[in-house]
Amino acid sequence: MSTTKTASSSVLPGKAVTNGNSNGTVSPRTSPETLTGSQITCRALEAEGVDVVFGYPGGAVIPLYDALPSAGFHHVLTRFEQWAALAADGYARATGKVGVCIATSGPGATNLVTGLANSQLDSIPVVAITGQVGQAMIGLDAFQETDITGITLPITKHNYLVQSVEDIAPTIREAFYLARSGRPGPVLVDIPKNLFQASGKYVPAAVRERRGYQPTTTPNQRQVRMAAELLNNAKRPLIMAGHGILISGAEDSFAKLVDQTGVPVIFTLLGQGSLPESHPQALGLMGMHGHRHVNRALEECDVLVNIGARFDDRATGKVAEFAPKAKVVHVDIDPAEIGKNVHTDVPVVGDARQVINVMLQEVEPRSHDAWLAWIDSQRDTALEAALEDRPDWPEPYTIIKALGQATSHDAIFTTDVGQHQMWAAQHLGLERPNRWLTSGGLGTMGYGLPSAVGAKIGRPDLEVWTIVGDGGFQMSLNELATCVQEKLDVRIAVINNGYLGMVRQWQDLFHAKNYSEVEIYGPDFVKLAEAYGATGFRVTKDSEILPTIQKARETAGPVVIDFVIEPEANVWPIVPPGASNSDMMLHRFEDH
Amino acid sequence: MNRPHLLVVMVEDHPGVLNRVVSLLRRRSINIDSITVGHSEQPGVSRITLVVPGTDDDIEQATKQLYKLLEVLKVTDVTDLPVVSHEMALIKVSAKAQHRQEILLIAQMFNARVIDASPNTLLLEMTGPEDQVDSLLAMLRSFGIRELVRTGSIAMTRGNQQISGKGLHNGVAPTVAVGAN
Ligand SMILES: Cc1ncc(C[n+]2csc(CCOP(=O)(O)OP(=O)(O)O)c2C)c(N)n1
Ligand SMILES: [Mg+2]
Repeated sequence: MSTTKTASSSVLPGKAVTNGNSNGTVSPRTSPETLTGSQITCRALEAEGVDVVFGYPGGAVIPLYDALPSAGFHHVLTRFEQWAALAADGYARATGKVGVCIATSGPGATNLVTGLANSQLDSIPVVAITGQVGQAMIGLDAFQETDITGITLPITKHNYLVQSVEDIAPTIREAFYLARSGRPGPVLVDIPKNLFQASGKYVPAAVRERRGYQPTTTPNQRQVRMAAELLNNAKRPLIMAGHGILISGAEDSFAKLVDQTGVPVIFTLLGQGSLPESHPQALGLMGMHGHRHVNRALEECDVLVNIGARFDDRATGKVAEFAPKAKVVHVDIDPAEIGKNVHTDVPVVGDARQVINVMLQEVEPRSHDAWLAWIDSQRDTALEAALEDRPDWPEPYTIIKALGQATSHDAIFTTDVGQHQMWAAQHLGLERPNRWLTSGGLGTMGYGLPSAVGAKIGRPDLEVWTIVGDGGFQMSLNELATCVQEKLDVRIAVINNGYLGMVRQWQDLFHAKNYSEVEIYGPDFVKLAEAYGATGFRVTKDSEILPTIQKARETAGPVVIDFVIEPEANVWPIVPPGASNSDMMLHRFEDH
Repeated sequence: MNRPHLLVVMVEDHPGVLNRVVSLLRRRSINIDSITVGHSEQPGVSRITLVVPGTDDDIEQATKQLYKLLEVLKVTDVTDLPVVSHEMALIKVSAKAQHRQEILLIAQMFNARVIDASPNTLLLEMTGPEDQVDSLLAMLRSFGIRELVRTGSIAMTRGNQQISGKGLHNGVAPTVAVGAN
């Protein structure tokens, strides 16, 4: 009888945070077992340390679902496949592990598309398993056949159509390795139905060596030294903190770098949480809805060090006028990001944590008090005062502040997409890493609730809130049923303005107030919550904000709070689309 | 400066790889002037020759994006290297009796071979650099080109240098750092 080789010997270096079975070790089995393809799929998922999958059954995966009850992981039935993909995305962001979703062929698979695109644009490790029609039917336009590998080609890091039952385990192993290593991303594995039903030997797979995939994680020392030298000699340096810091788990090293160099830090939308916002050098959000002083600092800085962000246009505004006086250092694990959008003087390719650790040895202790004081003088205090003092409606600013404070800045907050998302980004006060889950690159409406489902399942120990608009909530509110079924203490703050608010704001500011198709009727969210078996509260006065938040925190099961806000409140400041960050529009006093 | 770039892309020979390469270039707004694919000297490795117009920056970005494909092993921009770059053309040209001699003379000038003939046509085969094929076509146009097919360029570096799935060997550094994501 032959002994199966343990996988660990040939496993390639992966990322620091992986699912349970991080080093790829599998216990040696004395002889390969004969199992069905479905059972092999489950074994392969177990071998990755998967503890939960989000999915929805259907014809092509019925054989797989047949094996699920005896699998060593939990299945969460979402109410729509897109929410399964986004729950997997939320789970991955909250835990640092790979999120898994499952869908059937055809409509099930195509319903995953938006969720996968979301994970692709935000570099989130997700593995999607889809059923496909039987191999004999592929290419015949069979019932529920879609070319899902063709469809998802540009929105996944990689995808596979599995060709044999023996290939299932090695493919799933490689899919997980790809999803979490290098620049993470979604990987789709399409498995024809007949392979789920076929029998084969289950051999725990090792990661195959792929010549064409060798992510650069260790930076070039000389490049790091050049970056450090720029920082050491800068008069007005700025660090732009991106998502890569969080993905690589570099928060601790990053805090040291910030303390040692004295450099002020600005955040991209997804970089928030990489340094506590209460840190004296943490300045807040940059870009389209960035704070005035942050965008002013960008205009004046002489060295800009971007760590782990891709210079998205929502962050840079008009690139030609972005950080006009700065020498730019760009740290990214993906060489294709260097120089793609913004001219880079010193490129550093590598894992953010490794880069920062090398950088720590090269940077001199400095402080930048005068520069920090200047930036501070650029704060829009008029706006802050105006926001504080609007007693007639529950003020979005007050609601967001209250949510941050009531939860001691330790809860996970997910958001939907729109004005409420930007208010949250500006005012939550994010203190801890991996507590801020928002759809940055794709801007996927509907993200809020499903991502909260994934986050709560992944981190049952943490309080989980989602801040949603009345529009986005109406896209994915069917996940309330999932929350009730799974007994999830998810708290939903609906920022209800009766409008597709962000679109209305653009129509207000850039289309002469032509409010075309943005008024949106919604149900009574309190009754709706009750109909689902959840709890609902409504807030119509400033004074009710905090007490209601507290009541929600003490209620078991999902809770919806309907915060009825001023319909035409706007997000300030705003950089008009296509304009330079320096041309931001500050608030209009007549609004307040 | 916008100019045609000649890229040699070594890829794992798997189903769907060509689709991934072409789809990626489309997605990044890179136009393809010509593409040829075939086996290389290494089993399991195919060699793609691409002619793509763009600035040096465009092509560097496209190259980096190509490296992100799992099956792409090596991308070499040979535009400014000493290379042999040839394509093949089959040309069916109208050749009435009174023009035949003249056409044959032109064909001779370009080292084009006559593959087939009929009372009214000649079928020529020419292999050579793209601009020479263009010149031959220009010379033949007035006679009437009935049918034309061109393969697109294939390229190989001259001398001792060697492009393989692992890199470009013998003293010439790869144009872009290897590294995929
Ligand atoms: C799936 C999807 N469709 C459309 C949009 C465009 N969009 C961005 S914000 C927004 C309005 C969102 O309205 P709501 O959820 O009520 O949030 P608010 O802006 O009012 O806070 C729309 C329609 C989008 N981002 N995603
Ligand atoms: Mg709204």
